[in-house]
Amino acid sequence: MPDANASRAAESAVPLTASAVLVNAVGLHARPSVKLTQCAKRFAASIELALAPDGPWTDAKSPVKVMRVKAPQGATLHFRVTGADGEAALAALLALVNDGFGEA
Amino acid sequence: MSSSNSGNVGIVIVSHSSKVAEGAADMVRQMVGDAVPLAWTGGDIDGGLGTNVAGILEAIEAAWSPAGVAILVDLGGAETNSEMAVEMLPEDRRTRVVVCNAPVVEGAVIAATESSGGSPLVAVKRSAEEFYA
Repeated sequence: MPDANASRAAESAVPLTASAVLVNAVGLHARPSVKLTQCAKRFAASIELALAPDGPWTDAKSPVKVMRVKAPQGATLHFRVTGADGEAALAALLALVNDGFGEA
Repeated sequence: MSSSNSGNVGIVIVSHSSKVAEGAADMVRQMVGDAVPLAWTGGDIDGGLGTNVAGILEAIEAAWSPAGVAILVDLGGAETNSEMAVEMLPEDRRTRVVVCNAPVVEGAVIAATESSGGSPLVAVKRSAEEFYA
């Protein structure tokens, strides 16, 4: 019962949002997209991204959809996260983007 | 042909050209990493362009995972030979191998990305096939 209540609370919770600027030279192309979806998949939370604060939103766990966003260098990546581990997910994603996906 | 042991869904790349198959496998390794069993095969038994069932069976064996194997193919014969190879597998393995309807290079990278997150075979196939959705 406590678990069921906790997950219901998480689902109805207001999504967490944050944004980061793409600093790596190629933007959100193939390799960064793969890294981003791999990172997102480590969390149970629902994770979406967009190029504008009001969307349209893209499932951050789908490599095909993330690549279709074709976000260039300098674009601001907005995240919208809902779920129990949402805070940790958001921190991990922002760290990844701010780090230029490890490729600068 | 290369491999890596893990419980994640295995990926097999089948192309008429061994260079295409090997190159696609290189892309998977570089972009996705080593968390996914991976094998490739390409060319006919004489080393020319084509595919052969024995080579595909070997690749399935090399990439085998209890979670199953997703096969990415290029054209015609690669698909029919892959289906033939699947039919020749022991019955308990046959149901855990699927041929994806996806472009071979892009599909392999996406399928491996999905697999590297621990997704089941059905999700790996679905993700690769999103390219045609």
